[in-house]
Amino acid sequence: MSTDRNLIQLVTPAGERISHPEFDPWVKDIGDEQLCSLYEDLTVIRRIDVEATALQRQGELGLWPPLLGQEAAQVGSGRALRDDDFVFSSYRENGVAYCRGVDLTDITRVWRGTASSGWDPYSVNMATPQIIIGAQTLHATGYAMGIQNDGADSVAVTYFGDGATSEGDVNEAMVFAASFQAPVVFFCSNNHWAISEPVRLQSHIQIADRATGFGIPSLRVDGNDVLAVMAATRVALDRARHGGGPTFIEAVTYRMGPHTTADDPTRYRDANELEDWAAKDPILRIKALLERKGLLTDQVQQHVHDKAESVAREIRSGCIGMPDPEPMDIFKHVYSEPNSWLDRQQDHYARYLASFGDPAGATSEEGAR
Amino acid sequence: MTQMTFARAINSGLRKSLENDPKVILMGEDIGTLGGVFRVTDGLQKDFGTHRVVDTPLAESAIMGTAVGLAYRGYRPVVEIQFDGFIYPAFDQIVSQVAKLHYRTQGAVKMPITIRVPFGGGIGSPEHHSESPEAYFTHTSGLRVVSVSNPQDAHTVIQQAILSDDPVLYFEPKRRYHDKGEVDEGIDPRTALPMDSARVVTEGTDVTLVAYGPLVKTAKDAATAAADEGISIEVIDLRSLAPVDYATVEASVRKTGRLVVTHEAGQSGGLGAEVAASITERCFYHLETAPVRITGFDIPYPYSKLEMHHLPGLDRILDGVDRALGRPNSLSGLEG
Ligand SMILES: Cc1ncc(C[n+]2csc(CCOP(=O)(O)OP(=O)(O)O)c2C)c(N)n1
Repeated sequence: MSTDRNLIQLVTPAGERISHPEFDPWVKDIGDEQLCSLYEDLTVIRRIDVEATALQRQGELGLWPPLLGQEAAQVGSGRALRDDDFVFSSYRENGVAYCRGVDLTDITRVWRGTASSGWDPYSVNMATPQIIIGAQTLHATGYAMGIQNDGADSVAVTYFGDGATSEGDVNEAMVFAASFQAPVVFFCSNNHWAISEPVRLQSHIQIADRATGFGIPSLRVDGNDVLAVMAATRVALDRARHGGGPTFIEAVTYRMGPHTTADDPTRYRDANELEDWAAKDPILRIKALLERKGLLTDQVQQHVHDKAESVAREIRSGCIGMPDPEPMDIFKHVYSEPNSWLDRQQDHYARYLASFGDPAGATSEEGAR
Repeated sequence: MTQMTFARAINSGLRKSLENDPKVILMGEDIGTLGGVFRVTDGLQKDFGTHRVVDTPLAESAIMGTAVGLAYRGYRPVVEIQFDGFIYPAFDQIVSQVAKLHYRTQGAVKMPITIRVPFGGGIGSPEHHSESPEAYFTHTSGLRVVSVSNPQDAHTVIQQAILSDDPVLYFEPKRRYHDKGEVDEGIDPRTALPMDSARVVTEGTDVTLVAYGPLVKTAKDAATAAADEGISIEVIDLRSLAPVDYATVEASVRKTGRLVVTHEAGQSGGLGAEVAASITERCFYHLETAPVRITGFDIPYPYSKLEMHHLPGLDRILDGVDRALGRPNSLSGLEG
């Protein structure tokens, strides 16, 4: 049964900085300015999420997977990475994408339905987000094996949920990572739910302990504590960079919103649970810390607010201003070299569209004849 | 007779199967408390308990593999794959185990497993949520593959699939889940039209138009539109994709002399190719023109803003009908 490992925590929900001899040294460079900057990131990411959710409600996005409540897990880890580290994430890591420098409009592209991939992975060292649960953990492990072969000291980092740990792929990824001592960090955001299924359905023991069985050392960190997440991620990255192989991090957090904008959590989730977690909100926590330290000046507040609002405006105008793709775009990039079957279909479809004398053709189910 | 949605009709069929046979057991992700992401299993766990309607961990290979074990033990598992694109982690269990165990054990072991797969596009979803993977399964011996197109069939055929001693893939056209229709819940699945029979949906004399699942409605609409132009289309709902009821299609083509097949899945190696070839073999001397396929393109399912270009709509189907009839069409003047 559960070994009930304690969480690594550096800041309490009340915003009190508590000492942790093992992990403090890993964030000793985080001074007042950096703390304010982390607060800014958390706030901006929440604002992005709120704006995107609104865009979905207004019909501008087809779907959106909110990350409300998971900001600290994403920022704490995302800000710990080096530019040449490579991220393989799920669909929910928009906060990580922001930290990687992904263009804000690009974040919405996939959800608006104008592209299958919002950005060029090599431009930000972050793979296109994965919808097939857990598949990306194998990709990260393979990428890490490549890093290892190349003798480089960068790290592959993969993000996934608690539900994902049930998939074969994730378990096979851990086998490979351990066998080859690949420089990969498994970052599990345990947000307690896989759509309607509670984490206890996926695992009888704490998620962090699963890795142990594969011979992978693991850390269990308070995922709503941005400093603690940063410290844990730095430990794992450092280990990987120095030949220590994979590390598994379980960031214990909570998905405060629905699974996606198509989901209705009131069907399966107790409101009290949400209340308990709202009290551990990652942003309120760092805000309280800043307050205690006398850092939460009007100036800081104003700056953070302005930044969040301008980012929100940027994401909205970028999303709404995105041109619709051209019909014939559907044939692009299926292959990198010509394919005679597809060429023929493409030619026929072009003729078909032309037969309407209107490039958009007739594409509704009802038809135009 | 009751008016009900497609999703409700499946729910009612599942309920009857659970009531009639204690060995029927439902398994899948989110099917219990939530009632499935499409609410197809809504209320069933509440009424039949967590042992009959099982919320499983998030692991498709495990869902399918444990269904095999349950079948060995005499159960009749009905598993739900949440979306078409998530069936692939279970692919190995389906094609290597579920499909072959009866053969490998010379009939000693039965695999009466029903695999429910919401499939097809047209609902504006992200990637992996709109695929039509049926050809992978129709190509695998040992599996039966069906796809329903209306609430009544949805209700009856799910019960027939569960009653069948063979494994059945039951493809549900997710974009029709909310369509309503008359359902007679009193129909006995044992005496109803067997699930491996096709059905003539609309009678006609000029062209045979074969469709299944989500495109049956589009094909019917095309037939209505064509009638305005004086063209008489006979629409056939295949219902069973493996085996295909060629007798029904053959009888129609002997009458019309022309065949158009439509599906959302890509063209190459798809079911349309199989139907066209088989009908050509069987009715060569009755065909006036080569069979025409109106299908999705050989591309990954595209992002939602362009999915209506990939999916065969009414106009593309009518253009294909024009081709079969030798009327002016978008490919007029082209050879082959
Ligand atoms: C292979 C596969 N099966 C099912 C799904 C449908 N699905 C999408 S998200 C999800 C739950 C994922 O839960 P978890 O791994 O905990 O991540 P979270 O969404 O909570 O971040 C499911 C079942 C999928 N995308 N891929």
